[in-house]
Amino acid sequence: MNTPSLPLVKRIVQERWIGKGLLLLLMVGTLFYIGAKAVQSPQLFFQQLLNGLQLGFVYALIALGYTMIYGIVKLINFAHGDVFMVGAFVSYYAVSRFRLHLWLGSIIPNAPEALVLVIGTLTVMILSMIVCAVMAVTIERIAYKPLRNAPRISALITAIGVSFFLEYFGALPFVFTANYITYQSPFKVITWYINKGIHMMEPGTQVPPGSITFSSMFIIILVVSILLMAGLQFIVKRTKLGKAMRAVSYDKPTARLMGIKVDSIISYTFAIGASLAGAAGILYAIAYGQVSFIMGILPGLKAFVAAVLGGIGSIPGALVGALILGQVETMSSGYISTPMRDAIVFSVLILVLLVRPTGIFGEPEREKA
Amino acid sequence: MKIKFNRSTIIFLVVAIALILIVEVLYRIRPGGAPLLNEFWYTLLRKGGVIAMVAIGLNLIYGFNGQFSLGQWGFYGMGAYAAADVTFRWTQMHTANGLTILFCVLLFIGLSMYGVSVLVKRVRGLDPLSAFALYLIGVFISAYLGVLVGGALAGPVTSLLSALPGALAKQIVFFIAILLAGGVTADVSYLIGLPVLTLGSDYFGIATLGFTMIVKVLLDNSDTILGFQEMKGARGMISIPYMSSWLWIGFFLLVIVVATRNLLNSSHGRALISVREDELAAKAMGIDVTAQKLLTFVIGSLFAGIAGGLYAHIDGFLHPSTFNFIKSFDPMIIVVFGGLGSISGTVVASFGWILVLEGVLRNVLPSGFESWRYVVYPILLLLMMLLRPSGLLGGFEFPFIKAVLPSLKHKPSTPPTPDTKTAAGD
Repeated sequence: MNTPSLPLVKRIVQERWIGKGLLLLLMVGTLFYIGAKAVQSPQLFFQQLLNGLQLGFVYALIALGYTMIYGIVKLINFAHGDVFMVGAFVSYYAVSRFRLHLWLGSIIPNAPEALVLVIGTLTVMILSMIVCAVMAVTIERIAYKPLRNAPRISALITAIGVSFFLEYFGALPFVFTANYITYQSPFKVITWYINKGIHMMEPGTQVPPGSITFSSMFIIILVVSILLMAGLQFIVKRTKLGKAMRAVSYDKPTARLMGIKVDSIISYTFAIGASLAGAAGILYAIAYGQVSFIMGILPGLKAFVAAVLGGIGSIPGALVGALILGQVETMSSGYISTPMRDAIVFSVLILVLLVRPTGIFGEPEREKA
Repeated sequence: MKIKFNRSTIIFLVVAIALILIVEVLYRIRPGGAPLLNEFWYTLLRKGGVIAMVAIGLNLIYGFNGQFSLGQWGFYGMGAYAAADVTFRWTQMHTANGLTILFCVLLFIGLSMYGVSVLVKRVRGLDPLSAFALYLIGVFISAYLGVLVGGALAGPVTSLLSALPGALAKQIVFFIAILLAGGVTADVSYLIGLPVLTLGSDYFGIATLGFTMIVKVLLDNSDTILGFQEMKGARGMISIPYMSSWLWIGFFLLVIVVATRNLLNSSHGRALISVREDELAAKAMGIDVTAQKLLTFVIGSLFAGIAGGLYAHIDGFLHPSTFNFIKSFDPMIIVVFGGLGSISGTVVASFGWILVLEGVLRNVLPSGFESWRYVVYPILLLLMMLLRPSGLLGGFEFPFIKAVLPSLKHKPSTPPTPDTKTAAGD
């Protein structure tokens, strides 16, 4: 059905079938390959699907910050990934140095353990979100605000500078040190496996072959990120702040004429984006069990790719892009080649941009005079 | 063609050649064993020269043509590995097959690209993606043919080069390897620039950043996925001959500076600057905007490839982490430091960057504080962006180069991205 019945050269050229054909061939080939492998071992396929979902939701939380900030100040905030890193470190210090996640237990000694952990973990998370938000607003005030009317490249270079500063300052021996640090989870992560029904995994036992495992972290990441995204959607669509944010991102001078405090709206945007990144930081650290001063670079970049993939500036786009990216990443490491994972992610980005230059949900660029 | 030598040209050439010779002589004179210019500073100077070439290429792409490219570092890495492989095969494996195969592949790819471009021009209304697909098919076929022909030529060329004195043959192979490294990056940049340049500015930046990333991953797996055993993947390529003397680097840098200056002085140069100033107006004046963008991208990447080839032969060791995408911001930072659209500023900033960051700060900071360098330089960068956003040297230019640049509508510091005027994005 895809090809016209009379393949005229002219028609092929006009409807871009050579390029499209190449991409379709590539897509069909990949899908066929993965499909064939999935039929061979459905267990591996579903396992990768779950892993991709988990990764995708973490990326989505970071990507939302990118997309909001880009939408409102047209700045690729390279420091966003490092805000994510700081969020993870704040929770690391709160949990393993200060035992903040047990504060309820030390006040009320006979409180139920589950309640203590839930409240404690939430406290840690809110703490790192607040720290990240304050940091992002500070960065915005110090570094980006004076450059609001400067050439765009100045702001971009500044963002890169801030990012390097956070990384290398974090690498100093008295800050976060330049090592990979094992992250101590505030609660015990429980793992289940699906093999003729859902079983809880006993510690020290092997998973029977042919089963799909998932952990409580998977569920927590899903629930927390969906809640946060729903909250974000509520803020953007239903509150006055959200309305102001949309107005500022649409047209700054007019928004100012309408009595919107543009500067404070931009600060709020940075704060919201950074708090999402902080939440992503703690979720990522618990799920993958490691923190380091460079942990923000690659997830940050991939989240940005996700935002671009979904159409930068669009909030549902960021979620969709991140989920696609998570799947691409896990599927390519599962089926094609683990070391080539990042290369494949970026190839997909380039291909999508070639077909839809403004991303999946992006509006076509207006012609500018 | 008449070549005019006015005073500023002569002064520039004399000073440049004198600088090249003085540094080399200072290094070669060794009273009592130790050279006057010690190895450390000599290497830093050479690295500064290499970075200057990369940055000039980027300045051409970004400063003069307004394409926000982060792919320069990927081309640099690609050139480095290509040149290193050719000379490695010659010195370690005593065969010129790297040379001949690469040469034939590049030649055939060039020919097929030319053929396809003629075809593409004849078929009107062909979209970039389809053109890209055609080019891709042509490249694969010609690369395969090139490998076959190059493999057949390897024997005769090896015996021919072996007949020459060893040192001379080595220098010849090195010189050709550097040119081939430039050829590799030029071919690749033509191929990927074709579709990617149709994207808007920020998207172009991200796509090229992705390209850098892909190159890094490929280099990480060069022994397994690409199948070049001698590149040793993530372990790093070793025993590359030390060939890049300051003479070679100075020579190539001088050639690149002069070539850039002459390019900017030509009608192509004026066209590519007009694309930065206003794309629509340039189009209305009958300038083929896409072709100008592609031309600039290819030339800029060619410079990066040459620089990479020279870099590979400084330390005799290459590691994929050198070509990490984080470092791909370095040339961008240098270009902004030196001032967008300023060749002299770029050269000065490149040497300054290497000498200050690796040389001065390493010596000035007390021991144990070396890691503070990377804390200090983002702060410097931020301060500069806040206090002097037009770059340290602003609109400064050597008279030799300044004489030929067309008078600009904007100062060189203004945003070259044609679509959005300010960070506020109004």
